[in-house]
Amino acid sequence: MAADVLDATFAALADPTRRAILARLMEGEATVTELAAPFAMSQPGISKHLRVLERAGLISRGRDAQRRPRRLEAGPLKDAMDWLANYRSYWEESYQRLDDLLGELDSGGPNAVGQESP
Amino acid sequence: MMSRQEQTEGLTVRAVSDTDLVLTRTFAAPRRLVFDAFTRPELLRRWHGARGWHLVVCEIDLRPGGVWRFVSRGPGGAELGHGGVFHEVDAPGRLVQSEAHDGWDAGEALVTTVFDERDGRTAMTTTVRYPSREVRDSVLRTPMKRGAGEAYDRLTETLNKMTLKGELR
Repeated sequence: MAADVLDATFAALADPTRRAILARLMEGEATVTELAAPFAMSQPGISKHLRVLERAGLISRGRDAQRRPRRLEAGPLKDAMDWLANYRSYWEESYQRLDDLLGELDSGGPNAVGQESP
Repeated sequence: MMSRQEQTEGLTVRAVSDTDLVLTRTFAAPRRLVFDAFTRPELLRRWHGARGWHLVVCEIDLRPGGVWRFVSRGPGGAELGHGGVFHEVDAPGRLVQSEAHDGWDAGEALVTTVFDERDGRTAMTTTVRYPSREVRDSVLRTPMKRGAGEAYDRLTETLNKMTLKGELR
């Protein structure tokens, strides 16, 4: 997956309002008015967030020309999640190695810490 | 009886602002040991890294003003270096250090690590403060470096939460 596409996805996801909008759209398409309802924010404010999401390819506009509902585009989000999951496990894997090492040290194993900390 | 791993909780990462990330992880060991594992090169070499990445350079001058430097080597011989200076060293409870990756040109992160012990278990809380959102985002583009793991974990946590529960309900 192209790095710049991921960058746009991550930048779009960095904002809690935009994440909430995406969460709402996971339940189905919604109009700008409907999307704005849960937030203490003007419609222009919401529209600004929607433009960021649209540019990132995370949402698109439905066919109804009157209501112009927004809907989730699952592809980029799925790609980002797959890509993220790969990195997500990296540090947890590292810490699991540390769990094992701590078990060894805690039980006074052969490689236990034998001196005081500096 | 639970295994040691089952007694611990997995890594969580939260964004508390544009520039600050907070990581938490518990370890089933007293903090004296956890602190040693995070600050003694011979111990760090035994756990730091995953998937073929491991430390080939690990130098730590553990005192305020002391320099630390890590170089990790990965599959295919790729190497990534990072390091900084310790600001506070208060064993076994608290570490404050600066961190910059080779190739960064936009300042350094300030990393504060606190180890709290309770009933023989240690809760690690690490706060990573990037000098700007731009720097944090540049870390996102350099995978396998420490900051990337943290940032991507945060996003994955968020995404998983969204997918499983939604955010508005």
